[in-house]
Amino acid sequence: MNLRRDVFQAIADPTRRAILLLLATQAMTAGAIASNFDTARPTVSKHLQILTECELLGQQQNGREIYYHINAKNMKQVADFIEPFRKMWDDRFNKLEEIMKAHQAKNEQ
Amino acid sequence: MELKTKITAHDGKQDLTITREFDLPVALLFKAYVDADIVSQWMGTKVLKLESHKYGGYRFETSDPKGNVVFKANGVIHDVIENQKIIRTFEMENAPFGVQLEFLTFEQLDTNTSKLTIHSVYQSPDQRDQLLQLPFAQGLNMAHNRLQDIVIKINN
Repeated sequence: MNLRRDVFQAIADPTRRAILLLLATQAMTAGAIASNFDTARPTVSKHLQILTECELLGQQQNGREIYYHINAKNMKQVADFIEPFRKMWDDRFNKLEEIMKAHQAKNEQ
Repeated sequence: MELKTKITAHDGKQDLTITREFDLPVALLFKAYVDADIVSQWMGTKVLKLESHKYGGYRFETSDPKGNVVFKANGVIHDVIENQKIIRTFEMENAPFGVQLEFLTFEQLDTNTSKLTIHSVYQSPDQRDQLLQLPFAQGLNMAHNRLQDIVIKINN
């Protein structure tokens, strides 16, 4: 099994990305996670299963409840999390370059 | 195509590096960092204060179209060497990310090109990762809000 490819497939889905974001700050039960979505409970369970299978999520038994938590080690493989940060800076720097080129042209006149 | 802006962030470390090459002479690149009016243009924020010298500091503030302040940041400037480097702190106000220390290095590559390297050091690896993931989270929120807007329009 190609784990890396599966990780990217897993995060390609917007609901699964939203689940990862929900769990970024705290561990939650499947019920608590599902209550954040309009999607049917079995659909959320399916998403949790996929995220667990590619090891982006871990499970921990606490009494009768199973809590899902983010597997930080594998999350970091996901360059996708860094890409918006990179894109934000790239956009800013493109703007800087554009402004300064105009500035340069003006001063050379 | 090679990416112009690169981010290097190693696992479990509390720092990251941003590098970018510009089609600009180094003096113009440097000017874009010390001229308040120019900073406000490319950062898309109001510059309340920018004292680009040793013992100086800066303050940024961004408002939404309704005039509500949505972003506030400040820092102290530790050192400035013209066309070479700026050492400063950065802190987003009312946010849980703490203070970061930034080393900005400006390099002339040839007459018309230059390179900027920003080395940012955070208080902990966790804080760095939270900040790194912020634009991802914001993108997700924006997608959510757009979805909500569409749903509201459909329902009406």
